[in-house]
Amino acid sequence: MSATARLYRVIGNDRSGNVPAGSVTGVAVVRKVGLFQLQDVLRSRWLTLYGLFFAALAEGLLRFGGGTSQALVGLTQVVLLVVPLVGIVFGTMYLYSAREYIELLLTQPVRRDQLFGGLYLGLIAPLVAAFVVGVSLPFLIRGVPPDAAGSLATMLTAGIFLTLVFAGLAFPIAIRNEERARGLALSLGVWLGLTVVYDAIILLLLEVAIDYPMELPALIAALVNPVDLARILLLLQFDVAALMGYTGAVFERFFGSVLGGLVAFGVLTLWTIAPFALGRCWFRRKDF
Amino acid sequence: MEPLITILGLRKSFGRLDVLRGIDLAIDRGIVTAVVGHNGSGKTTLIKTILGLVRPDSGIVQFDGRVVNGEATYRNQVGYMPQAVRFPDNLTALDLFKMLEDLRGRSAANRERLIERFRLGPELSKPLRTLSGGTRQKVSAVTAFMFQPELLILDEPTAGLDPVSSSILKDMIEEERRQGRTILLTSHIMSEIEELSDRVVFLQDGRIRYEGNVATLRIATGEANLERAIAQMMEEAA
Repeated sequence: MSATARLYRVIGNDRSGNVPAGSVTGVAVVRKVGLFQLQDVLRSRWLTLYGLFFAALAEGLLRFGGGTSQALVGLTQVVLLVVPLVGIVFGTMYLYSAREYIELLLTQPVRRDQLFGGLYLGLIAPLVAAFVVGVSLPFLIRGVPPDAAGSLATMLTAGIFLTLVFAGLAFPIAIRNEERARGLALSLGVWLGLTVVYDAIILLLLEVAIDYPMELPALIAALVNPVDLARILLLLQFDVAALMGYTGAVFERFFGSVLGGLVAFGVLTLWTIAPFALGRCWFRRKDF
Repeated sequence: MEPLITILGLRKSFGRLDVLRGIDLAIDRGIVTAVVGHNGSGKTTLIKTILGLVRPDSGIVQFDGRVVNGEATYRNQVGYMPQAVRFPDNLTALDLFKMLEDLRGRSAANRERLIERFRLGPELSKPLRTLSGGTRQKVSAVTAFMFQPELLILDEPTAGLDPVSSSILKDMIEEERRQGRTILLTSHIMSEIEELSDRVVFLQDGRIRYEGNVATLRIATGEANLERAIAQMMEEAA
């Protein structure tokens, strides 16, 4: 065997496709990085607080707000604001604090896409778990009436989507901005823009353009914003048109409940993939 | 024998700053190659490109005849000591060593010996952020040497070390060399380079200004020691 061939075997580059002893497969790396980061996230108190917050809120609404359905409607507004906020801000902080770890791992036999996958799972999984456990625990303890089970499931789905979208957005933001303060400011800006400012601008436009047919623009506006989509998903389920706002009402009239739900679901999936793909692409090209 | 690392037409710029402007370089097996140059001459960027931390704008890096482009397995055979050591906050040195062993899927045969040599025993279970800069540097040395890699990349390895640790590290470099390993290092201390290296690469403004054996450089510049020889070249360059 030539010296080069021997070295290839040692490095694990041998082209036969066998994984030599002493090398770790890609999936294993993703899992290891994910588990390691998961431990780090679990150690921080923020995550526990986040879960407890939803548990306390759901418990309070159940206790003082009447039935299961009312409690879920009450939760909606908070979920639509808090889940995106925590997802994007916690996510950005997580990535800045993992910087040394990332730099260290990149000097090891770890591919960048594997490292990215591990970082993504290590952030998303605990956030989703805290949200799901926090919200559903008070309902499950009391027992969920059959007619409210669908609503609870929709609430959890919407919250998981919002976590995926906003914690996902933390990746391109933190990867592109070296400065922590700048990254955090940008995260807050994106959150404020998509949750509050966006709706205000739409309302303003509707007000200004009151004499023109605004159904289609309003429909497009609702389709573009993940928070609007999550709201529509929830309110279609709850069937409370009064809370739906103009875009939601147009949406329902245009698509109807079932198709509307499917469309919202589809676009939210795109919104989940986009930040992941963009972050991964930038991460692969980044200089450390 | 074919060089361990072959670099062809390597270019990299950060924004408007051209850091590497066409580097062609072969790093031979089993010897110590020192990269010298002013601050900002591109030494660290060159090293980080070899490691894959910095992605080149153009040009290629080959490790053992294979082009390195987003490839990771070759780093199984590389140990790296960065210039500015940065470790995850809450980790202890022991956690760190275990994590690296876990990632590489093998145990580091040399670990205990290195820990003993640097007298790191009492520091192993303290969080890395509480350790002094010099101690962290030693931990970093252990991570670089413990897998007995084919290639050691050491970016100013002795900067920040006390004289005792510095000479221990130099002994370690010497031993690795004797065992036929390839070492690439940077340093500003010329006596150290003279002591350790076989070959010198002088970088200036992102280009290689001189490349040759330490002995030849002394003769070429007509200076008796390397410090003066390099200083003379740097002055000519400036």
